[in-house]
Amino acid sequence: MINEHLPALQVVVPLLAAPICFLIPNKRLSWLFATLVSWLSFAMAILLVIAVNDGTILHYEFGGWAPPWGIEYKVDIFNSYVLLIVTAIGAAVFPYSWKSIQKEIPETHHRIYFTAMLLCLAGLLGMTITGDAFNLFVLLEISSLSSYTLISLGRDRRALTASFQYLIMGTIGATFILIGVGLLYALTGTLNMADLASRIPALEGSRTLEAAFAFLILGFGLKLAMFPLHLWLPNAYSYAPSSVSAFIGATATKVAIYALLRFLYTVFGSSFSFDYMQVHWLLMPLAIASFMFASIVAIFQDGIKRLLAYSSVAQIGYILLGISLVNVTGLTAALLHMFNHALMKGGLFLALGAIAYRIGSTRVQSIAGIGQAMPYTMAAFVIGSLSLIGVPLTVGFISKWYLILATLEKGYWPLTVLIIISSLLAVVYTWRVIETAYFQERPAGAPAVKEAPLSLLIPTWVVILANLYFGINSSLSTDLASHAALLLFGGSLL
Amino acid sequence: MSNINLLIDVVLLAMLVLTTIAIVRIESLFAIVMLTGVFSLLAANIFIILDAVDVAFTEAAVGAGISTVLMLATIGITGYEQKRRRKISWVAPLIVVTITGAVLVYGTLDMPAFTDPEAPIHTHVAPRYINESPTEVGIPNMVTSVLASYRGYDTMGEVIVVFAALIGVLSLIGIREHKGDPKHLEPPARPVLQVMSKFMIPFIILFALYVQFHGDFGPGGGFQAGVIFAVAIILYALTFSQQDAMDLAPPRILKRLASLGVLIYGGTGVVSMLKGGNFLDYNVLAHDPVHGQHYGILVIEFGVGLTVACVMMLIFFAFISRGDRNP
Repeated sequence: MINEHLPALQVVVPLLAAPICFLIPNKRLSWLFATLVSWLSFAMAILLVIAVNDGTILHYEFGGWAPPWGIEYKVDIFNSYVLLIVTAIGAAVFPYSWKSIQKEIPETHHRIYFTAMLLCLAGLLGMTITGDAFNLFVLLEISSLSSYTLISLGRDRRALTASFQYLIMGTIGATFILIGVGLLYALTGTLNMADLASRIPALEGSRTLEAAFAFLILGFGLKLAMFPLHLWLPNAYSYAPSSVSAFIGATATKVAIYALLRFLYTVFGSSFSFDYMQVHWLLMPLAIASFMFASIVAIFQDGIKRLLAYSSVAQIGYILLGISLVNVTGLTAALLHMFNHALMKGGLFLALGAIAYRIGSTRVQSIAGIGQAMPYTMAAFVIGSLSLIGVPLTVGFISKWYLILATLEKGYWPLTVLIIISSLLAVVYTWRVIETAYFQERPAGAPAVKEAPLSLLIPTWVVILANLYFGINSSLSTDLASHAALLLFGGSLL
Repeated sequence: MSNINLLIDVVLLAMLVLTTIAIVRIESLFAIVMLTGVFSLLAANIFIILDAVDVAFTEAAVGAGISTVLMLATIGITGYEQKRRRKISWVAPLIVVTITGAVLVYGTLDMPAFTDPEAPIHTHVAPRYINESPTEVGIPNMVTSVLASYRGYDTMGEVIVVFAALIGVLSLIGIREHKGDPKHLEPPARPVLQVMSKFMIPFIILFALYVQFHGDFGPGGGFQAGVIFAVAIILYALTFSQQDAMDLAPPRILKRLASLGVLIYGGTGVVSMLKGGNFLDYNVLAHDPVHGQHYGILVIEFGVGLTVACVMMLIFFAFISRGDRNP
C-alpha cells in the first residue's frame, strides 16, 4: 500500500509534518522530529528513483480524479533525480541545524525555524514532482514564503532587507509564472502538463502562446537567478543563517531550473521552445555573461558567503549554458551540474557554517590562521573548493568535462576557452580564502579557536565525501543524468 | 442589454485604472490603504459581472476587508506619512512596466474571444465539472466541487500558504502579551462604538457560520467564513481593548488551532488513504460515494475556516501589539 502512495507521501509527509512540528512544545524534540522527517523523505526519494529507473512512469491521482480534471503527480527519471538532490541536501542540513542555529538564531525562534524548513522542503519537492501547472504555482508559493522567512532569521539586521528584496523579486517572478499559466489555460482549457503538451503543438503561431512562453521564462528566470535577474541572490545567501544558505543555496535554484526545463521540454516541447522561439539564443549570452561576470565579481568579495553566492550565480550560468547548447551532451552536463553543484555548494556552505559557529564571522580576514586550529573543517572547505574549480577526482570535474565535450560537439570552441577561463577565476577566488586560512598568522590577541563540534563536522563531511565519491565513481550520477536528458529529448520527439 | 454591460465594464475598469494611478501618486499611507480597499471592491464588482460570485465574495472579504484592516494595523506601527525619499530614477521601472504591458496586450491578441462558447476553457475540462459534478460530488455549487474535491489538493496547498504566512509574521514580529500592564486593563470609553459593536458581533459570527456551512449550496466556504469570523473578534479588539480580545481568543490557543486546521484537512486525506483510496479521495469515506464527498467537503472546509480565522486573528494581534509599543 505504501508503495502505491509513495509519490503523494513524498510531499504530504513533510507538508503535514510542518504544522505538527509547530505544535511540539520542546525545541529539541521539534528538531529530532524534523530531522526524522527529512531522512524519511530522503528514503522515499531513493525508493522512487529505484522504482522509475527502468523507465516506468508513476502516476498518482489526487482525490481519485483522473487528469486533466484532477491533480496528478507524475514521477519519471528526470524529476526523481531532482527529488533525490533536494532530499539528500535536506537530510544533511536538518541534523546539522541544531548546533548551527544555537549561535545564530534566538532560542524563541527555533521551532519556527524547523517549521519553516519543513515547509520549504515540502514546497520544493512538490514543485518537482507535480504534473499540474497550477499545482506547481501553489507549491512554489509555499516554498517561497518559507524561504523569505528563513532568510529573515539571519543574525545581521541586513537579513531583513535581503529577505524583503528577495520577496519583491520572487513575487514578481511568481506573478509572471501565474500569468503564463493563466494564458495557457485560456488557450487550452487545461492545467495538466501532459494534457497541455498534447494541445500546444496545434497552437503554434498563436501570439498568446508566445506571450505565455515569455512570461514563464522570465518568471522562472527570476526564481533561478538568471543573469541579470540575479540581484536578489548575493544578499539573500550572505545574510541568511548558515544552515539556510546551505539548504536554499543547494536546492532552491535547482528546482527552479528543473521547472524551467519541464516547461521548455515537456509542456511547450523542444520544437516550439528551440526551433520556433529560438530561446537558446537568449539563454546562451546570458549564461556566458553570468559565469564570466559573477566569477570576476566573486574575486573582489570580502565576505566568504557573498563570494560563494556569486560563485552560485556563475554555476547557474554553466547549467544554463548546457541547456542552451540544445544537444543531449549539453543537457546531460546541465543536469549533472545541478546534482554536482548542490553537493559542492552544500558542502562549502556547511563547512562555512562550522567556521561561523566557532569564530562568529565569515569575513575573509577573520579566518586568518584557522587552518591549524580547525583542520577538519578547513580540509572540507578545500575539497569543496577543488570541486568548485573542477579538479579531477571531484564531481566538479565530471560536469565541467561533459560541458566542454558538449561545446566541442557543437564546434563552439570559444565557449570552451571561456569555461576554462572562468574555472581559473574560480581558482583565484577560492585560493584567497584558503591562503588566508592556512598561510596567514592568527592576529595577535585573537581568542583561541577550537575544531568545530562533531554534530557540524559529520554532516559537512558526508556531503564533502559525496563530492569525492561521485567524482571517482561517477557512473551512478552520469547514468541518471544522461537517461533523464534522453527522456527529455525523446519525450519531445513523440 | 450588452451595450449596458459594456458601459458598466468600461466604467469599472476605468475606475480601477484611476485608483491605481492615485495609489502610485499619493503620499499619505492612510489614503493609499483606503484606496487599495477601493481597488479590491471594484475588482469584486468586475468578478460579479463575470459571473464569478465565489471569487467576488473572496475578493471582497479578503482584499477589501481583512487586508485593509491589516494594512491599517501596519501603518499604526509605521506612521501615516510616507518618508520623503531621495529622487529615484523612474526611467528603468517605466521601461520594465511598459514592456510587460506591451507583452500582455500582444498576448491577448490571439486569445479566444470573451464569451465565445467554443473557447477551449468552455469545451475541454469544464463540461465534466458542469454536467457530472451534481452526480459525482453531489453538491449544487460546482465551484465548491472543483475547489474542495476535483482540485482539493491545491486548496490544501492554499491553506498551507496561509499557515506559512503566519509562520513568517510570527518569526518577524511575534505577539506581545501585555498581561498585568495597567494601561491595557482599562479599556478606553467609547460607549457608542462599544454598544453598536456588541450589537453587531453576534450577527457577524452568525453570518460567518452561514457562509461556512452554506458553501455547498451558494457562494462561500471556509476562506470567506474564516475571514468574516476573524473580523468579529478584530472589531471587538478595536472597540474594546486588545487585552479583552486576547483574553477571549488567547494567541497561545489560536496558534495550536491554526496548526490543527491544516491537520484536519491533511488528516482527511490520510484517512481516505487508510480506507483504501487515494489522498483526499472522499468517495471511500462512507458507504455511498456521494455521502463520502459530502462528509469530506464538510470536514476540509471546517479545517480551512479554522486555520484562516486563527491566522487572521493572530496576524492582527501581532501587528497591534507592536503598534502599542511605539505609539
